[in-house]
Amino acid sequence: MADTTVPPPSSISGPRLGRAVRSALITAVVGAGLFSLMIGVRTEAGPAGGLVFWTRWTELGWMVAASFVAGFVREIVIQRSGEGVLEALMPAAFKRFINVVARLLGPALLAFAVLMPIIFYDQRYILDLGILALTYVMLGWGLNIVVGLAGLLDLGYVAFYAVGAYSYALFSTTFGLSFWLCLPIAGILAAFWGVLLGFPVLRLKGDYLAIVTLAFGEIIRLVIVNWQSLTGGPNGITGIPRPSFFGVPFSAGPEGFAELFGIAFSPTHRIVFLFYVILALALLTNWVTIRLRRLPIGRAWEALREDEIACRSLGINTTTTKLTAFATGAMFGGFAGAFFATRQGFISPESFSFQESALVLAIVVLGGMGSQLGVALAAVTMIGGFELFRGLDQYRMLVFGMAMVAIMVWRPRGLIGSRTPSIYLKTPTQISASLVKEGHG
Amino acid sequence: MSAAAQPAAAGALLSIKGLRTAYGKIIALKGIDLEVREGEIVALIGANGAGKSTLMMTIFGNPRAQSGRIVFDGEDITQIATHDIARRRIAQSPEGRRIFPRMSVLENLKMGTVAAPRSSDRDLERVLNLFPRLRERLTQRGGTLSGGEQQMLAIGRALMAHPRLLMLDEPSLGLAPLVARQIFEAIRELNRTDGVTVLLVEQNAFHALKLAHRGYVMVNGLITMTGSGHELLERPEIRAAYLEGGRH
Ligand SMILES: Nc1ncnc2c1ncn2[C@@H]1O[C@H](COP(=O)(O)OP(=O)(O)O)[C@@H](O)[C@H]1O
Ligand SMILES: [Mg+2]
Repeated sequence: MADTTVPPPSSISGPRLGRAVRSALITAVVGAGLFSLMIGVRTEAGPAGGLVFWTRWTELGWMVAASFVAGFVREIVIQRSGEGVLEALMPAAFKRFINVVARLLGPALLAFAVLMPIIFYDQRYILDLGILALTYVMLGWGLNIVVGLAGLLDLGYVAFYAVGAYSYALFSTTFGLSFWLCLPIAGILAAFWGVLLGFPVLRLKGDYLAIVTLAFGEIIRLVIVNWQSLTGGPNGITGIPRPSFFGVPFSAGPEGFAELFGIAFSPTHRIVFLFYVILALALLTNWVTIRLRRLPIGRAWEALREDEIACRSLGINTTTTKLTAFATGAMFGGFAGAFFATRQGFISPESFSFQESALVLAIVVLGGMGSQLGVALAAVTMIGGFELFRGLDQYRMLVFGMAMVAIMVWRPRGLIGSRTPSIYLKTPTQISASLVKEGHG
Repeated sequence: MSAAAQPAAAGALLSIKGLRTAYGKIIALKGIDLEVREGEIVALIGANGAGKSTLMMTIFGNPRAQSGRIVFDGEDITQIATHDIARRRIAQSPEGRRIFPRMSVLENLKMGTVAAPRSSDRDLERVLNLFPRLRERLTQRGGTLSGGEQQMLAIGRALMAHPRLLMLDEPSLGLAPLVARQIFEAIRELNRTDGVTVLLVEQNAFHALKLAHRGYVMVNGLITMTGSGHELLERPEIRAAYLEGGRH
């Protein structure tokens, strides 16, 4: 248990060294997993619409080596000076600063998000980036229900994103259904697939669960690639209806949005609308999660993450608890997928590769499994970070990777590793939701 | 002080017949017969590895019994799902306590009410009165409690369901003698004032038998002796096997 403090040894001897190496290896393996698909292989849409990708195994090698060294040093430092040392290295003023920031950060981020389309009205690039970041915030929050709250390691989350995207694409192109009608359908279908995935993996834990969910993600993608008559195969689906303002299209014509509201036509209207749609969807995800955490089902998810056997002995039906976690997480993935489809107007299997699952999982893990704010921060930092260092090209992945190594080593539980209790007595005695606690794991 | 008088209501609340449980090839329970009557404290003592924890877990259906019958309040629960067994208001403080380390003390206690949805603030009050130390630590994370406090939390969590049968697996394990005595005192209190029926698994045979109305001795997956707590305490073979040096 975490509360047993090991007396600091005077010298590092055999078994301790072995432990340090093992701990470093684990860090390196986790690092390899996180980095391989984000640094090792990069894919981008080429000029002709095809997929361009390039590999950089050297950089990947360096990152994994860095993870190993950092993990090793961390373990040695901890062995020498006890668990609390990494925290003690942080000045008290810095801790206080982090605490204040943490309290104001959520509301500040929200206010900024709401005002973004106004501040950056004529900077389409930034708005597009904002939409992308919010999509990942939403995906992160959705997966957070499964991984962060219920503790079920799901490597195939992108499958539900795909189900949502293809549901909207197919229902809108073949039956002409509107986005708002398709949205719940996409969510329900994704949730259905979530339950379907849930059943076979109910008895699996840890690594096995991860592998099976990974396979599930790939199966869905392969089905999409091969079921040409329905999904268009590798060519995908084009001509997906763009979003309308509740029936009013964002077009320049007399029936268009601009005309109706008596303003000059601008293509930005649609972008701003999309921005607020994904913001609303993401906030819905967050709101539902926060509400569910306070209900018996949400508490059961969190308890399940901590101790499954104890849950059962307390009368929790772990089967339905797991299935509802999968279904709820999948539903939000489906919503996000439908949004993705309407925003792009074009979808193909390439958008739903394992790389996406890995990225969303990295967001949840680095954000601090279970912390809503942490996940949002991680999503924004990652997507923003990718862009920020785009100019540095060669070095951007290095900087980015370094940041990830630093988080893994310093905060193995993620940016915000502490959880806030979901119930208090009627007269709440708020405990500090310290950002600095719980460095060990 | 011993609890010599038998409780008035003497119907068998829990009745186990010919129970056998195996882990693969290891047969841990080789045909157990045991009975707990309404309102009793029954102690189950035995050396490490005798199968005491296995018996407790088998009552909860995890692992499943190979053969034999477990009857609770007249109903055969041998094949019922674990969570449904809990919903019949059998609660346990399991081996290793199994509290939720990242959840607050209050949340841990709240998790105990799953099996009894009508559990009220009164149940919480009762637990907090029984273990005042928990009251001071309601917002503290379970994992940061001391061993004794974790044990109190595990028992408290079980009590939140207002159980008809409370099963405790080595509640005194790893605790300072003084803290262990507090726990035993709390068990006695619960039984006397609230009439909670208790099945107590202990290695600390002296305290357990002093507390219990009746006791069972388990050796290698079999019950070898049974009798009132008093009688067992007086048996020379018990003194030799379980009590030497065990008295504090
Ligand atoms: N999960 C398990 N898998 C295999 N064998 C087990 C398991 N749990 C207990 N055993 C074995 O069953 C026997 C009884 O163990 P246990 O019930 O824990 O005894 P006690 O609680 O009396 O110390 C022991 O021989 C132990 O090794
Ligand atoms: Mg045991």
